[in-house]
Amino acid sequence: MVEARIPHSLQEALILMSQATYTIVNGATDLLVQKRSWSGTIPKFSQPPLYIRGLKELDYICERSGMLEIGATTSLETILHHPKTPKILQHIILTMASPAIRHQATLSGNIQNASPAGDSLVGLYLLDASIVLHNRHHERVISIQDFIVDVRKTMREADELITKVVLPIDKFSQCAYTKVGPRKTDAIAKVAFGGLIDIENDRIRDIRIAFGAVYKTVLRSRKIEESLMGKDRSAVPEMKHVLLEGYASLIQPIDDQRSNRWYRKTTALNLLEAFLDSISR
Amino acid sequence: MAKIEWMLNGTPISSDIDLSMRLLDYLRDHQHLKGPKEGCGEGECGACAVLIDHQIANSCLVPMANVAGHEVVTIEGFAKTKRYQIIQQAFIDCGAVQCGFCTPGMIIATESLLHHQPQPTISEIKVALSGNLCRCTGYNMIIEAITLAAKRGRGEW
Repeated sequence: MVEARIPHSLQEALILMSQATYTIVNGATDLLVQKRSWSGTIPKFSQPPLYIRGLKELDYICERSGMLEIGATTSLETILHHPKTPKILQHIILTMASPAIRHQATLSGNIQNASPAGDSLVGLYLLDASIVLHNRHHERVISIQDFIVDVRKTMREADELITKVVLPIDKFSQCAYTKVGPRKTDAIAKVAFGGLIDIENDRIRDIRIAFGAVYKTVLRSRKIEESLMGKDRSAVPEMKHVLLEGYASLIQPIDDQRSNRWYRKTTALNLLEAFLDSISR
Repeated sequence: MAKIEWMLNGTPISSDIDLSMRLLDYLRDHQHLKGPKEGCGEGECGACAVLIDHQIANSCLVPMANVAGHEVVTIEGFAKTKRYQIIQQAFIDCGAVQCGFCTPGMIIATESLLHHQPQPTISEIKVALSGNLCRCTGYNMIIEAITLAAKRGRGEW
């Protein structure tokens, strides 16, 4: 019988993963909630856990070739305080979790959970983050949009480990992020909205819009974004109705114990409208 | 089961333990340290807070595997320090304790904050307490107590 393990190096982790199927446990702040039972009982995993949080070689954040590289075991708190962390990601981390959770939780854990309400995912979609995966023999790089395929489903193979996340260095002149939930931190979002704009001489050079918790994955439409590229900011009010209708046709929220589809859709579109209004001001 | 080496309240520990056991259960059931409490069991209330390498953590969300090689301090260990005495007296003087269930977690959150920011602003105090729930005091007295502790303990952190 395969048992829970703590690998002492990345290489050891990849060798173990080539020999058996494990549940990868990083900061554990989400998985222990999912797997816990009564007080005093051991959380139950369907596959033996592989505890990677102690892998020091994956605990880093640094700028390399104009990109920000974040190792898989780097805490959210470390990411929050790094001077090159994009502002949108800083905003998200601050409202995502309390300090106690930020000290343990990791970005790669949030990615691997692949929850439609995963807070950091809104920022990672907006920034076109890349996920780097390793198995014993190969490395591959995959965009966040391609990596997350459905609710809690990703492209990761059983023998692969997320080893780092790569982000572009911030170039946006304006960012917006709102998470709607019952509490500022430590709450799962009912709806999340994020927007990035790069404007030069009143012309929109780049604009990105993403919604969390209103679709099976984070929702982003490049087609709608492209309709705004190159436009003067004063043109946005005239386009607003079409833009809102475009996103209204894509947003497909669910009813659950946290909220209902009407509230989620209405709120998501209200947040979008406020963001569009802020562009033309 | 596996063996892990770590530090608990200043003492080196070698535990032969189930790696998936929650740190909270280990502290309460194996070490009989009852300061960390189980409130929500989901990382939302902060009643189980401990310090791991001087930083606040929810012991209900930490598997024993993740304390290997680290130093854990509970409220019982922290209570032996001068900094604790300063925080405790400030909490008493400001009326920041009523039922007391959240208090160990609040004091751990205070120490974690002051260790990294000895002279915090009110806004920084609120962020530091954002993972700790109190159903009695309404937070104002706790915020006042932390402000007072920072003032009285100048030079201690």
